[in-house]
Amino acid sequence: MKTSELIQALAADQSPRRISLGARFCLALGVGALVSVWLFMMMLGPRSNFVASLQSVRFDLKFVDTLALALPAAVLCLRVLRPDARIGVFGFAFLAPVVLLAAGVIGELMFVPADLWGTRMIGSNSMHCLMMVPLLSIAPLAALLLAMRAGAPQNPGIAGALAGAAAAGVAATLYAANCPDDSPLFVASWYPLATIIVAAIGAVAGARLLRW
Amino acid sequence: MSDGQVDEKWAEMMRAAIAGDEAVYRRLLEEIGRSVRAMARGAFSRARVGDADVEDVVQETLLAIHLKRNTWDGGLRLAPWVGAIARHKIIDAMRRRGTRRFQPIEDFETVLAAPEAEDPHARSDAERLIAQLGPRQRDIVRSISLEGQSIAATAARLSMSEGAVRVALHRSLKLLASVWRGASQ
Repeated sequence: MKTSELIQALAADQSPRRISLGARFCLALGVGALVSVWLFMMMLGPRSNFVASLQSVRFDLKFVDTLALALPAAVLCLRVLRPDARIGVFGFAFLAPVVLLAAGVIGELMFVPADLWGTRMIGSNSMHCLMMVPLLSIAPLAALLLAMRAGAPQNPGIAGALAGAAAAGVAATLYAANCPDDSPLFVASWYPLATIIVAAIGAVAGARLLRW
Repeated sequence: MSDGQVDEKWAEMMRAAIAGDEAVYRRLLEEIGRSVRAMARGAFSRARVGDADVEDVVQETLLAIHLKRNTWDGGLRLAPWVGAIARHKIIDAMRRRGTRRFQPIEDFETVLAAPEAEDPHARSDAERLIAQLGPRQRDIVRSISLEGQSIAATAARLSMSEGAVRVALHRSLKLLASVWRGASQ
């Protein structure tokens, strides 16, 4: 086929304006998050002392940590859908959850006697955390990947991993409301591990689904 | 015309095209095609892989530009966006050829000044790939591209509604892009 012939077909294909990539992305994130909220309420629900716990710095810090992951991951993820995107300084946004976690860990190490560090870190339900965070990530990750097929990322695997990180951030925010372990030592040990699992799944799925 | 002016003119044309100006869109794609052709030929010759795939890269790039035009931010420049898509397709084509070491690919903006016309004898794989579409879709794509028929004329000939022809054409182009991608695996 000659290029001029292909151009005939492309010019004839004036499909009506569709919703913008950003709107599509936000819609997917919202719908995915709602499904996860529903799942969370059905399976777990917030812990019984949820309202009283809001007074605790340790408890609140969990949400700051998880949102500090979800927001930059989502923003970067949308950004890399443009073929000419450069991550550049935006990559530093990922330092936010790391710095927050590190600050929490240092505080905890200063206030809690050394013989309690081990117990705090292992907590009471690390395996539950490693299962529930990925489970609650499924809906947002799937919705994001579907919406992202309209994009054109330079590296589909990285785009998928970012979607996984954003989905894990949403899932961890929900899970944190139920999880009885509030120590930053627990959070810093298990939440990142759960996030890495979901990001890896996102990377593998993205490499397949987001090629263009 | 300087590169900056080319870029500004293209962005203007793309905005008109997105607003529905078919003639401007055709001209824009032809101009972009000429620059992508120069870029692909340069990259292939530097990587010493021969230039048999040049027209495929040009067409895959144009198809991607068309299907992914929603990823262009109308407020930004067009040339870097086109260049990024072309680079992606050039690298794909080189992988297909089994190239492992990549020579740096020339910046798209350096080829804006030296566009290259289409070789009237060059043919891409698209025609062979179109054969993989369903009979109705194949007929529609051929009618509009190879025979240069309008949507209306094609619809009348196939006794379909114009809307149905539009939908079928759009789906065929998306399918063509995915078949092409599959061929590069």
